Amino acid sequence: MIAQAADAIRKGELRARELVESCLSRIAGLDGLLGCFLSLDGERALERAARIDEELARARQRGAGAAGPGGMRAGTREAAAEADGVLAGVPYACKDNICTRGLRTTCASRILEEYVPPYDATVVHRLARAGAILVGKTNMDEFAMGSSGENSAFFPTRNPRDTTRVPGGSSSGSAAAVAAGLVPFALGSDTGGSVRQPASFCGVVGMKPTYGRVSRYGLVAFASSLDQIGPLTLTVEDCALVMEVIAGHDPRDATSAQVSVPNYREALGRDVGGLRLGVPREYMGEGIEPGVREAVNAALRVFSDLGCVVEECSLPHTEYALAVYYLVAPAEASSNLARYDGVRYGLRVDAGDITAMYSRTRRQGFGPEVRRRIMLGTYALSAGYYDAYYLKAQRVRTLVKRDFEQAFSRYDLLLAPTSPTVAFRLGERTEDPLSMYMADVCTIPVNLAGIPAISIPCGESEGLPVGLQIMGPPFAEVTILQAAHAFEQATAGAPWRKREGERR
Amino acid sequence: MNEVSVRPRETGVPAGWEAVIGLEVHVELSTASKMFCPCSTRFGAPPNSQVCPVCLGLPGVLPVPNRQAVELAVKAALALNCRVATYSKFDRKNYFYPDMPKNYQISQYDLPLAGDGYLEIPAGQGSKRVRIRRLHLEEDTGKSMHAADDIVTARYSLVDFNRAGIPLVEIVSEPDMSTPEEARLYLEKLKAIMQYCGVSDCRMEEGSLRCDINVSVRRPGQEAGTRTEIKNVNSFRGVERALAYEIARQVEVLESGGEVEQETRHWDEGAGRTHTLRTKEYAHDYRYFPDPDLPPLVLDPAWIEEIRRSLPELPDARRERYIREFGLPPYDAAVITASRALAEFFEETVRVYPQPKTVSNWVMGEVRRYLNESGLEPEEIPLQPAALAELLAMVERGAINMRVAKQVFTEMCQTGRLAPEIVREKGLEQVSDEALIERAVEEAIAANPAVVADYRKGREKALGFLVGQVMKATRGKANPQVVNRLLRDRLGLPGTEGV
Repeated sequence: MIAQAADAIRKGELRARELVESCLSRIAGLDGLLGCFLSLDGERALERAARIDEELARARQRGAGAAGPGGMRAGTREAAAEADGVLAGVPYACKDNICTRGLRTTCASRILEEYVPPYDATVVHRLARAGAILVGKTNMDEFAMGSSGENSAFFPTRNPRDTTRVPGGSSSGSAAAVAAGLVPFALGSDTGGSVRQPASFCGVVGMKPTYGRVSRYGLVAFASSLDQIGPLTLTVEDCALVMEVIAGHDPRDATSAQVSVPNYREALGRDVGGLRLGVPREYMGEGIEPGVREAVNAALRVFSDLGCVVEECSLPHTEYALAVYYLVAPAEASSNLARYDGVRYGLRVDAGDITAMYSRTRRQGFGPEVRRRIMLGTYALSAGYYDAYYLKAQRVRTLVKRDFEQAFSRYDLLLAPTSPTVAFRLGERTEDPLSMYMADVCTIPVNLAGIPAISIPCGESEGLPVGLQIMGPPFAEVTILQAAHAFEQATAGAPWRKREGERR
Repeated sequence: MNEVSVRPRETGVPAGWEAVIGLEVHVELSTASKMFCPCSTRFGAPPNSQVCPVCLGLPGVLPVPNRQAVELAVKAALALNCRVATYSKFDRKNYFYPDMPKNYQISQYDLPLAGDGYLEIPAGQGSKRVRIRRLHLEEDTGKSMHAADDIVTARYSLVDFNRAGIPLVEIVSEPDMSTPEEARLYLEKLKAIMQYCGVSDCRMEEGSLRCDINVSVRRPGQEAGTRTEIKNVNSFRGVERALAYEIARQVEVLESGGEVEQETRHWDEGAGRTHTLRTKEYAHDYRYFPDPDLPPLVLDPAWIEEIRRSLPELPDARRERYIREFGLPPYDAAVITASRALAEFFEETVRVYPQPKTVSNWVMGEVRRYLNESGLEPEEIPLQPAALAELLAMVERGAINMRVAKQVFTEMCQTGRLAPEIVREKGLEQVSDEALIERAVEEAIAANPAVVADYRKGREKALGFLVGQVMKATRGKANPQVVNRLLRDRLGLPGTEGV
């Protein structure tokens, strides 16, 4: 759909400005209810759209079709390159923990409420270069900590499919904005499932790429060894297209992989017959709602029908993943969030001396979930506890990773539910952090292992979307997208797809 | 607490006691850019003019290691005879401080870059080996300036982050030193080695070489006592004085029946004493853990070998060579090679004027005197080796005498002009014209009959006075040899009056 929009804009059948205007007016109409956006950048978005329209018109006049740089005035070269990009004129939204120069980046936290970064994240830069137009920054759980979108310091986001329910988190605003058709695509970040789980709750496509596949430069760190930026889209093809733009080595990120990026879209049409798919039994047992299990089982039958080999398998250390995550992630977070101290930027609460200033600023600036995790992490790293908690957790993390390596020696991909439940009701779990943590139980192992995974809609339960999670070995995004696309094509006529279409 | 007013001898340890001393030295690496970002490391730029989102630790930024910094650190390690690890990692040292942008410092903890090395310091006629426990890489912090004496009473404080992110190596010695003098010698040697291999300029006044001292005292043969740490001493003299003070303080505490508290102390250069900075109640828990933003540092052994081969001649080797090749006395060789810049100035001069001992006398004497008097570093000698060589050649061929040469040398340093020019302009050429000198000699004899009589009675020294008078009359330009000869001719041998 994005590709078609970009194509129409390129041909002059649709003006980028019109597309941006329609996004902005849809946001104006619906966002009061949904709470997807924390900041809008309408004026700049419209200017950029107009500039791209102009460039494209000029290029068409020259008849060349492409806006070659030859003989062009200085200063318009960049505009010409944008107009020539694969996403020229396509609007998008970006989670508010990804830095945007000159546009507030709050992480949905009081402590960064007025923070305006002086630089763009690498992904934002790459999307701009490809002609995509940023319309605004989306709501999220504070510092990406949460699974429901209710931990935003400002207001919660609602699920467009049922506004009494949560959209999932922490990329709540991004998932809901795409699901509600406010923007054609959005960026999220996934530390323990924060792209896939809200994609599942909202009925959209969400991908967490291999760790190191997409640059983290400019993503406000939550847990550095787990964080990864990923796209939220309506279709698998859109996901592939956005991945092509944002993936690839970045010299500003020392953890960024030097692995070339394949043409994901080109691979989509390939036959998936013969693919070996494992279904880890640990993801299909207790705790998985019956409706979710049914929808996933139905999806497995679709893959069988496509000629894939579908077998049950085992990832024996799955049960420890949640515990490992809640030691490693808070430990890294406690260190990453130490810089928010009121000294240089963001909120400052004055006090008698510097230590009091630090602690008052942090007590007022951070919400309860963030404070809880900082405390957990500080404890896990402190002298005398490091070996028992952090180090032990890292060892078990290696076991979780090894489970996947062994499974991928036998299977091309692994299939599982994205979330044990469909979207729950707003407020239902806010008083019980532990039950909230369970929302990411199916997605967390993927982050611990650093492997790629996607969540795609695979059916309904209680009239709400169910997500299918497809996991692959490192850098096998291409196989994942291929399988996801084949499933999407095979289920194009399914009744739940029809209802989805009608709702839009 | 524990403050005493003692005036210990400048060196040495009170009788009946032994000191156990270890040094932790921070050396700033001579890289063009910072440890984890491309910002310049130039010293003295306006505050906060050399900063970027990365070294400011802004939300979302990531560190990328500077290859040149790693190379220089490896070089430093090899020059200190360390074993270099092919696998090390970066850790975060977590603590809150207003001039630290991220509130953690990227350092190396349990797997440092290098360790297990040593250096030799002079001891009596021979040398003593001080072992190096570890050498690791880390980033520097910013600098706070308080609008008062300290952070607590300041109405406001300003922070300059130009320094934040500058690459440092921390070099930790074993507690192998036992006198303040040894500690100073160790630091001097360390500085020389770092400068020789081009790892650091080691400008102590700019903070590119900083030293923390660990010291305890004990009765000979007993277990080491409680140690204290003295932070940020930044001069050789400071190290020696701070240690002498602290050792005397600890001895006095123990001798009066007290206990030395384990604590961190500050050296007050002005007051010449140490005082408590923080006691162990405030001992930090740094919550070290591997930095997840940085992959482990894996070094290719071939690269390490390549760096080893690129190491220049180090001070000890050069000292030996000067003795062997130039026939310098060991003392001269040691003094000159203590500084790479001085040694290089010496060698360059010898290349043009191949009389090593003469050059060495000048370098140790006049050159060092001029540097001391004008507060310059050896790197800043305001004179080309060839210019000094030219001056020495003028002395040798008798164009000027030694006295004039020293005067001309100072002027060369001050004005940057060359010796022949100064000599010509001021008419300082040596006078060897015998007729002219003879006249002055006769005048001196006529004017000082008493001195002449003394000389004739056998007082050889009286001749010196007369030479002085002649030199004065010729404005210092007379050839001293000619003056001597003519005087002796006129006066005859001493003690021969009446013969």
